[in-house]
This record gives sequence, structure tokens and C-alpha cells, in this order.
Amino acid sequence: MSLSSSLISELQQICGENGVMTSEVDRQNYSYDAAVLEPTIPAAVVRPNSKESIGKVISLCNDSGTPVTVRGAGTNLSGGTIPNKNGIVLLTNRMNRIIELNETDMYVRVEPGVVTADLAAQVAAKGLFYPPDPGSQAVSTIGGNVAENAGGLRGFKYGVTKDYVMAVEFFDALGRKVTSGSKTVKCVTGYNLAGLMTASEGTLGVFSEITLKLIPPPAASKAMMAVYDSVETATQTVAAIIADRIVPCTLEFMDNFTINAVEDFANVGLPRDAKALLLIEVDGHPAQVAEDGERIEQICKKLGARAIQVARNDAEKDKVWEARRAALSALARLKPTLVLEDATVPRSQIPAMVSAIEKLALKYDIPIGTFGHAGDGNLHPTLLTDRRDVAHWERVENCVADLFDAALSLGGTLSGEHGIGIAKAGFMKNEVGQSSIDFCRTMKAAIDPNNILNPGKIIGQ
Amino acid sequence: MSELNKLSKSLKEIENQLTDCMKCGMCQAVCPVFKQTGNEGDVARGKIFLLERLAEEMLTDAKGAKTRIEKCLMCGTCAANCPSGVKILEIFLKARAALTEYIGLSPVKRLIFRGMLKHPERMDALVDTAARFQNLGTSKADPNQGTRCSKLLSGVIGNRHFLPLAKTPFHKTYPSLNIPAGHSGLKVAFFPGCVTDKMNPEIGKAVLKVFKHHGVGVFMPKGQACCGIPALASGERNTFDTLLAHNAALFAEESFDYLITPCATCTATIKEIWPMMSEKDSIEKFRAGQWAPKTMDISQFLVDVLQVAPAQKSYAGSHSIEFAGDTVTYHDPCHLAKSLKIKSQPRDLIRANAACTFVEMAEADTCCGNGGSFNLQNYDLSKQIGMEKRQNILASGAGTVATACPACMMQIRDVLSQNHDGVKVKHVIEIYADTIKD
Ligand SMILES: Cc1cc2nc3c(=O)[nH]c(=O)nc-3n(C[C@H](O)[C@H](O)[C@H](O)COP(=O)(O)OP(=O)(O)OC[C@H]3O[C@@H](n4cnc5c(N)ncnc54)[C@H](O)[C@@H]3O)c2cc1C
Ligand code: SF4
Ligand code: SF4
Repeated sequence: MSLSSSLISELQQICGENGVMTSEVDRQNYSYDAAVLEPTIPAAVVRPNSKESIGKVISLCNDSGTPVTVRGAGTNLSGGTIPNKNGIVLLTNRMNRIIELNETDMYVRVEPGVVTADLAAQVAAKGLFYPPDPGSQAVSTIGGNVAENAGGLRGFKYGVTKDYVMAVEFFDALGRKVTSGSKTVKCVTGYNLAGLMTASEGTLGVFSEITLKLIPPPAASKAMMAVYDSVETATQTVAAIIADRIVPCTLEFMDNFTINAVEDFANVGLPRDAKALLLIEVDGHPAQVAEDGERIEQICKKLGARAIQVARNDAEKDKVWEARRAALSALARLKPTLVLEDATVPRSQIPAMVSAIEKLALKYDIPIGTFGHAGDGNLHPTLLTDRRDVAHWERVENCVADLFDAALSLGGTLSGEHGIGIAKAGFMKNEVGQSSIDFCRTMKAAIDPNNILNPGKIIGQ
Repeated sequence: MSELNKLSKSLKEIENQLTDCMKCGMCQAVCPVFKQTGNEGDVARGKIFLLERLAEEMLTDAKGAKTRIEKCLMCGTCAANCPSGVKILEIFLKARAALTEYIGLSPVKRLIFRGMLKHPERMDALVDTAARFQNLGTSKADPNQGTRCSKLLSGVIGNRHFLPLAKTPFHKTYPSLNIPAGHSGLKVAFFPGCVTDKMNPEIGKAVLKVFKHHGVGVFMPKGQACCGIPALASGERNTFDTLLAHNAALFAEESFDYLITPCATCTATIKEIWPMMSEKDSIEKFRAGQWAPKTMDISQFLVDVLQVAPAQKSYAGSHSIEFAGDTVTYHDPCHLAKSLKIKSQPRDLIRANAACTFVEMAEADTCCGNGGSFNLQNYDLSKQIGMEKRQNILASGAGTVATACPACMMQIRDVLSQNHDGVKVKHVIEIYADTIKD
């Protein structure tokens, strides 16, 4: 630990005795996140309880050149909350208040530490809808969601977190409060800093308040499962649905490996011999739901679905989604270490991407289960491994690099929703080119001259 | 470092289980302790990480880690919700044993576990004496609950409201039993458990009344000891081993169809932890393994085996006196709901009493905050968690809260008594037994 005792005591003055943790055990406990990466132990963990104290903490850190890594729930999969040595972790979970839920104008103002599912529930209780639903929503925070631009199952129709951010308030690297955006539906006052800050992963500022758009909930919905004997026809169906101008709220894909893992684990009655499944849900006005549902059924049949099960009630709908929800758990139980990748391609390229993944699984002899958001081209090839097995782990690293290459060569991107962090910082250049990285570095250097805000993330050192 | 090396070696046993944790953090959503403190070290992910670091000799403060790992209700909620299926409770129990072996037991715990708990006769004698003198220095706290509190002892027990020790413990009234099977054709071994024995003998009596009514034979050997979980949870494996050997020898004397307890914690311990934690190849391991499938909570036995069903509305045979006209809600003990997945049977048992109305409370299956020794070491936190339970109990509007674990009853009684709430605290078996004529 290398923070001076005077700095510690100043932090304590700002956040209170209990708001600053310096014991070895506490520091160790904030050295990792959900990414499979080496931990780094911070010098201290601070838990501000007010906006003002966030500003004061940052300004102190700026003056002393102490790196600051903000942490919501630490569920990101890219090492975004692995702190810097001699740096501090700034924990937001004491700032978890909903400041204003405005039903008339349909927005909500929250502190960054509000848990996503809690927000969604409170909003639903008022008859409104906050759609972004990352798989981690039971624990992830809004601050983390915005900083990662998190997506979810409903991304296809409802978009991702950025589509709901109306305004942000954050503290910059000098500890100054900055605001951008408005409670109005339209706002073009000045630079779109809310846009810049979304997916900035704590490298440009620390959110202290976020205003999110709310929408009316859909009146009806319908879910179904289509079973395929070939990956090709399943993925062609995805393209055909989109080409037919239908927008399901959810359109999920699951490969044979995942189907069998789910069956072994949850026994939900999936066809083990199916090569792929599509799990589809449409929502909206009841008449439209009925029509879209029927058209999708027809498309599925036309393109060769072996069977289509339409859920007739909530219980059956739940069963459809139980299979999808169980996917990660089922795969997680097969091997000690699970590398959940996130490469994303244009939707028309999904067949090519799925077959590239299958080839890589063979080439590196690594079990890979693929499931994910086919509707938005965001697949989650999940590599099963044991990080203690050095040789296997090395193959995994090479395979992941090849996966990224495959996605990029298909016109895709490194990350659809999990972010860059430190896990993918080294691959950035392949996607955006050196000049783009230089641009970002110049910008970061101007905004954060002492490089204290989550240094090393996204754009490297 | 060489000392740490020893610890690291003894943690090797669980190292494989540790790597199953993928650090997804989903356990944060359900952990009652984390909900209060928001500290990563209080949730499964953080504790598992600390154990990994100890095993890798990357963490020097073993004492600090032990404190974190013990700040846990052992409620199993995290395990029930973990996508990776990490054997969290097994890891924690084994880790606590390894850490205690390394760091040692506090003098107080040494006295309690090695000096008392380990010797059932000594324990009984001590409790007897305590029961006679307990009114000295304690005063009535809440007449509704029958609880007392103690200014004199507040340094030791805080402002807890507790039920006084029973004047006559269950084992004094029924030192042993060996009743042959009646019309059910079944004979069960009965393990009342410490709290029933020493504080709530009426639960034991209700169980016997129900057995008699259903023609169930009962084998209850003399001199039963504690199931061992308090010792094991404190890392005192040696006392646990002794208690298990003692009980295993007693119950081996007679054959039986089922082993029944009215205590969720005892049931889970006998069913899961006895086989898990007994010495490899020992006779105890063999017996525990044989008994595990036969071990049942009383409500599961009544509903699943004896087919006791919710009463029809018109059910005329109800002799219920105590609960007539009452509304009853139910709190799921963690050891039943999370570890053993027993949820419907206790509710069915309450519904079997046609004279009262069952109402569901919100968050019925969240932990009451007792957690055994957790309550002793972290009373304030325990009470905060208990107060949330209290809110839900009150909001249900019930006149009685029933549960299936005497330890939960202690905790719930404390939080209700603190506020003089007047809601009765009962065991589900008491509600069912009330329908049966003496
Ligand atoms: C099981 C599982 C399922 C997942 N499913 C999805 C999914 O479906 N979709 C998806 O998009 N992601 C998913 N994720 C990834 C992760 O949950 C998301 O990235 C989520 O948004 C992270 O939120 P968090 O609160 O945990 O943030 P953290 O992990 O704590 O932080 C994430 C990043 O945000 C920064 N940050 C946090 N708070 C602030 C703040 N107040 N100001 C500035 N920066 C901040 C951090 O510095 C870090 O760089 C999943 C993860 C897991 C483990
Ligand atoms: S839920 Fe399970 S796998 Fe995930 S962090 Fe907690 S213990 Fe580990
Ligand atoms: S056992 Fe209960 S208290 Fe302990 S970590 Fe798990 S959920 Fe939290």
C-alpha cells in the first residue's frame, strides 16, 4: 500500500471512517471482477455517499496522481474494474437512490449505484417500462450499465442502454461536475457528452446521476421455440424474419452443444438431436402480436424448422425462457473456467460466424457452446476450460484471438455488449486502426491530464 | 510464510471446488448479509476469492480472512442461486475447520464447544442449574412472547429478548422411548434437537402426539447429543466428530424407517453434513450415509409419507382450540427451503388445520438473520436482517407466524418481542397437533 496516511485521512474525512477500507482483506476483495484475468490489489477502497464526496475524492486523487477505478457491482466481463496498483477503487453501491421517477414525462433520475433489476421493478410498479435487461441485471448497477453500454435479451427491438440515456451528470478527472442532456425528449444543447460517456468504462468521468427514458410497457406478447436440423436454416430464418420487416423483441439462438448442456442440467425437454433452436418473442399491441406471431411461424416452417412450439400461456412462455436462462448455468457446470465471448457480426453474417466458431472449436480442440442474441448479431461463444491447465489455457487465448479476427473479417466488432476493459484493449487496433486509438488517447490526455481515471482500460496505456 | 504454507496445504482439499466459482457475482443479488453491508467480503464470491488467495499463499492476513468467512449466516441462499453450482456451504465449513485449526479457537468458544457441548451430560446438568437460577438478573421483556431480557448480562448478550430455558427439558419428561409401530406400520427414530429439548419442549410433545395419532412407532435413545453444527460452523471439527460418533452409536441400536427431527437445521445437518464431514471409511460415515435418505423434517414426513393433506373447507373433524379463527403465516427456514428444497409441506401442514387461515408473507424464504453463532458474533447485523423479516410478518396481518426451525423461532421471537408486536411464534407441528384430540 502506498497511499500516504494523510491522503487516507483526507479520504476518511470525506467518506467517513467506514467509507474507507484499507485492510489487506478488504483490498484483496476489490482486486478482481467477473473477467478471467489476474487480480490487482488496490491501495484503498472508498465508498462515497454523496455526489459532492465523489467530486472531492477525485480531486484529491488528481492532486496526488492516484488512479481511480469506479466499481458498480463488478460483474463486467472485460476487466474494467480491475484496479491499478497504488490506485483506489471507488465503490458506488452506497449511492443507490432513485431521485425522481416522473410518470408524466416518463423518465427516471437515479444515482449510479441503483441495481438494474430494482429500477426495472420500481418502474414497472408505476406501469412503465425500462427495457434494457442484461443477464446480470439482478446485481449490475445503472452506472455500470451506462459505462459499458450494456445490452440484453430485448436489444433487438428495444435497443441497448444508450438508447435510454437522456442526460448524465458526472465528475471529471479534476473533480468538477459536468452535466449534459436534459429531461426533455429533444435536446441539442452543446456536445453530446452523454453519448461520449456511454461505454467509456470509467475512463473519462465518474457518473453521479443518470436520467433514463421510460416507455409504456407492451400490452401483449407471444413466445415460441423453433427447432432446426441445421444451423444454416436456423440462421437463415433470423435473416428472413428481419427481411420480412418483423421486429421481435427477442430472437435468441442456441447451438446443439448448448442444447445438450441445458438438457443435462435443467431437463426442460429440449430436443437433444436438434442442431439449433431459435427462441422468439414478439410483443406490442395484441392484434399486431397475433399477426407477427403467425408470420414468424410461417417463415420458420418455410425455411425448414422441424417443429415450432408456441407458448399458449404464461407458464409455457416461462418454459421457453427457462431454457435460455439455463444456458449459462448449464455451460458453467461443465468446466471450472468459462470464457464468455461477445464477438458480434452483422445479422446476415450469423451463419458464417457460427460456422467459423465451429471450425475454431475443432482446430483448438476446445469445447465451445454458442448461444446468444441472434436478432442483433451478438453471439456468445462460450469456451469451456480450466485456467490452471496452462497448455489448454494457451490454446484458449489463441482461439479467442482467432474468434475476434473472424468477427472482424465478417464486418463485425470485438464486443457487442461486454466492453473492452483490459481484456480486449490489445485488439482494439485491429478493429478501429491506430489513428482512432491516437485520437482517443489525445482526447483522454486533454480531459484527464494526470491519467487517473481507470488508466490502461480500452485504449491501453 | 511457512506457517501460511501449512494453512494453504489444508485448504488444498477444497481447491478444486473453489475454482468452480466463475466470479459472476450473481450471489450478490440474494445474500442477506451483503444486502446490509454491501461489502464484497460478505458475499460468497468475495469469501471464495479470499480462500483462493490463502490457498495460493497470496494473502497473509489469515485472521482477517477468517473474520470475513465467519461473517456469514450459512443460509445457503447463494448456493441455491449460483449458476455454477459451487458447493459453497461445503467450502465454507471445510475452510472454517482449516482456519480454526490454523488460528485456534477463541477461549470462549473453546469453553463452550470443548468444555460443554462435547459432553452432553455436562451440558444437560449445566442447563438444569441455569434454568433454576435464570430468573435472577433477568426481567420480563414482553408478556406476549413470554420473553425475558437481562440488564446484568447485557455486556455479554446485548439487549436480546429470549425465551427462558424450559423448567423441565424434554429429555427429563421423556428420557427415552421405544414404542413399536402402530397402525401406520412405520417406526421412526426421533431426534428432537437441542433447542426443542432445552427451550421448547412443547414442540417435542406435539411431535409425539402426532406420532401417536398416526400410529407411528418411536425410537428415541437416551442421552442424545447436539447434532454438531454449532461446533462445525465454528471450525471445531473435533467436537463435531465426537458428537457425531456419540449420536451415531445411539441411533445404531435400533432399526427404523425414518429419522425425524422438528428442526430444519438438525435435518439438514444429519442428512447432508454428517455424511459430508465424517471421517472417510469410518463407521460413522457408513451409518450417516445409510441414514441420509431416511432423514426427514417432520412436515415432510407427515405430508409425503403419511399423506396428511390440506383440510377441505368443510372439514368437520378439527378440534383446534388454540388456533381457531387465527391467521397464520409461514417463514421458510433456510435449511429447509434452500438446502433441502422443502417448501410446500410445512404450508400444507398449516392448511391441514381447518380452523385457521393461511396467509403468505412477502419474502417468506429470506433468511431471518439468526445463523447460529452469527447471531452471537454479529448481533446488530443479525437484528437488522431480522427486522426486515418482522416487517414482512406484520405486513401479512397474521396473528401467528409459524416456522419449522426452533432456531428461527428464537430469532423471530426476539425481533417481535423487541417491539411488543403480539404476533405468536409457533412451530408448524404445534398448529397441526392442535387439530388432534388428546
Ligand atoms: C452472468 C453475467 C451475465 C451478463 N450478461 C450481460 C448482458 O446480457 N449484456 C451485457 O451487456 N452485459 C452482460 N454482462 C456484463 C456486465 O454485467 C455488464 O457489463 C454490466 O453493465 C456491468 O455492470 P456493473 O454494475 O457490474 O459494472 P462494473 O462491472 O462494476 O463496472 C463496469 C465498468 O463501468 C465502470 N463504471 C461503473 N460505475 C461507473 C460510474 N458510476 N461512473 C463511471 N464508470 C463506471 C467501471 O469502471 C467499469 O469499467 C453479464 C455479466 C455476467 C457476469
Ligand atoms: S454466484 Fe456462484 S459462481 Fe457466481 S460469483 Fe457467486 S459463488 Fe461464484
Ligand atoms: S450462506 Fe447466506 S449469508 Fe453466507 S454468503 Fe451465502 S447467502 Fe450470504
